[in-house]
Amino acid sequence: MAESNTVRDDKAAASSLSGRGVDFLLNRHRFKPAEALPWILAIAVYFFLPDRLTFGSQVLIMVLFALSLDLILGYAGIVTLGHAAFFGLGAYTVGLLVIRAGWNEPISSLFAAAAVAALAGFVSGWVLLRYRGFTLLMLTLATAVLLMELGNLRSDITGGYDGLPGMVIAPLFGVFEYDLYGKTNYLYTLAVLFVVFMIVRRIVYSPFGEALTGIRENVRRMHAIGAPVHRHLVVAYTIAAAIAGVAGALNAQTNAYVTLGVFEFERSAAVMVILILGGTGRLYGAFVGAVIYMVLEDDLAKWSPEFWQFGVGLLLVVTVLFARRGLLGLFEDIGRYISKKRAS
Amino acid sequence: MIGSIASILVDGLAYAMFLFIVSVGLSVTMGLMGFVNLAHGAFAMAGGYVVLTAMRYFGVPFIAALALTFFVIGAVSVVFERTLYARLYKAGELDQVLLTIGLAFMAIAGATYFFGPIPQHITMPDWLAGHIDIGLRTVPTYRAFLILIGFALVIALWYGFERTTLGAKIRAAVDNRRMAQSVGINVDLLFTLTFAVGSGLAALGGGLSIHLLGLTPTFALVYLVLFLLVVSVGGLGSVKGTLVAALVLGIFDTTGKYLYAEAGGFFIYAIAMAVLLIKPAGLYGRE
Repeated sequence: MAESNTVRDDKAAASSLSGRGVDFLLNRHRFKPAEALPWILAIAVYFFLPDRLTFGSQVLIMVLFALSLDLILGYAGIVTLGHAAFFGLGAYTVGLLVIRAGWNEPISSLFAAAAVAALAGFVSGWVLLRYRGFTLLMLTLATAVLLMELGNLRSDITGGYDGLPGMVIAPLFGVFEYDLYGKTNYLYTLAVLFVVFMIVRRIVYSPFGEALTGIRENVRRMHAIGAPVHRHLVVAYTIAAAIAGVAGALNAQTNAYVTLGVFEFERSAAVMVILILGGTGRLYGAFVGAVIYMVLEDDLAKWSPEFWQFGVGLLLVVTVLFARRGLLGLFEDIGRYISKKRAS
Repeated sequence: MIGSIASILVDGLAYAMFLFIVSVGLSVTMGLMGFVNLAHGAFAMAGGYVVLTAMRYFGVPFIAALALTFFVIGAVSVVFERTLYARLYKAGELDQVLLTIGLAFMAIAGATYFFGPIPQHITMPDWLAGHIDIGLRTVPTYRAFLILIGFALVIALWYGFERTTLGAKIRAAVDNRRMAQSVGINVDLLFTLTFAVGSGLAALGGGLSIHLLGLTPTFALVYLVLFLLVVSVGGLGSVKGTLVAALVLGIFDTTGKYLYAEAGGFFIYAIAMAVLLIKPAGLYGRE
């Protein structure tokens, strides 16, 4: 009761200050109608594009992976070149559980993957996040490569670059079989994405999320006001690693296949490109970036892989030089420009 | 036994020299401007294709083609530096990483379009083919040649850095850019020059590596990780550090592959990580 009173007092104080910025801060965590759009579209895909659902699942997995990167890159400002490490750990957790331990129940496998990736994220984050700049870039990059080499070293367990083929995943809840068209898998992936998204959304609008943004914007000031910077970063890194692990696990379940390729530098680079393209630090950037990137890749890469790769490179250069806030940022700017025109 | 140690050593040294030649420019430019240049491998790859084109289609001799690629790629890199890199010197490392990854992607795509994805090889001149006797055993002439070139470059770079005014200016700018500027050193010009020489050396290294590794467009990213490792382990802006790191990583990598092939690159990444964890600025970098 007392708490709600303080909230009301805060609101009263805020409106008496009548700053639009304060209103924005008090209300920004509320759901806006536009936020339903991606989910409606995702469900529409299920009904209207039933033959593209396997590809659809892969797009959703990329969204999830990019979302995990957004938490550390977009919000906390940690630049990593080795995020595929956690994706790969998640994928291998599922793969090894099925092939080596015969454990093929999908949902518990997801939790196992999240736990393994989170543990790796916690340990590597605790050690690595003390470093900054180029050294941190190299250490994150080396972590992913080291895991790949370790997998290659023990190819008797991991299957090496040939991978772990022939994984059979048990029916979901023991009832829903994985069908040929990927219907079950699509809905399952969408549900997981939705749950994780809600958690991430909750995190970024919490005081903890605010602290992360503070670290990104001015780490010295955060130190000066006594914020536990390193602890915040490690927590964010651990959560992001867990989510990336879930994305990797879903990937392994969707393809029923996993190889050491999951740890590749190209994957770390691709997820970064997706996030930058969509826009960092804005949650929905992951959705926009992943959909556009994956659809273009699917079409262009089949037609001409060189053309596609050149296009991605060019897009990156242009984005960095002219649209640093990504496509969503660009849309915002255009929208603002139009409304200003209309007002004048 | 001694014979096989000698041949591992020769292979390792040749590989280390290749790493040194390509990485040294990256180290100095990163030390000067703190610019994370992931397109450095692309310059090396482009250098390789310049050598290939000159030799295969224009009949240029190998040595002349190496000289040619140094100047061509050096000149081309200045265009990139002035038009694209210069805009991002004050930006964060994320922007620099993205811009240069983008350039690397475009370079790989371009090379694949013109030369195809399959590994390319060049025919060596007669005096570089075959083997020579170094006393303990015979070694491939080309590797001996590569080691000699590497040592010649080490001496030239050492002289350039330690005994010329230009080298003194570069060292001053690496140590403290603002101070160097305030005593009248034109750091921007210095950087452009260093960048050109560094990219030229990368191209030279790319050309020299064709016979050793074969040339594919993905060279630009596959070996980039190794170059970055050499630079970060050696310490940004340190020629000596780059040499030591190239020798350690090159020889360890080769030895590891001889003795324990499955381990692949595991050891050098483990060593590199250990060095960086203990000395984040690298072996000879400034803390």
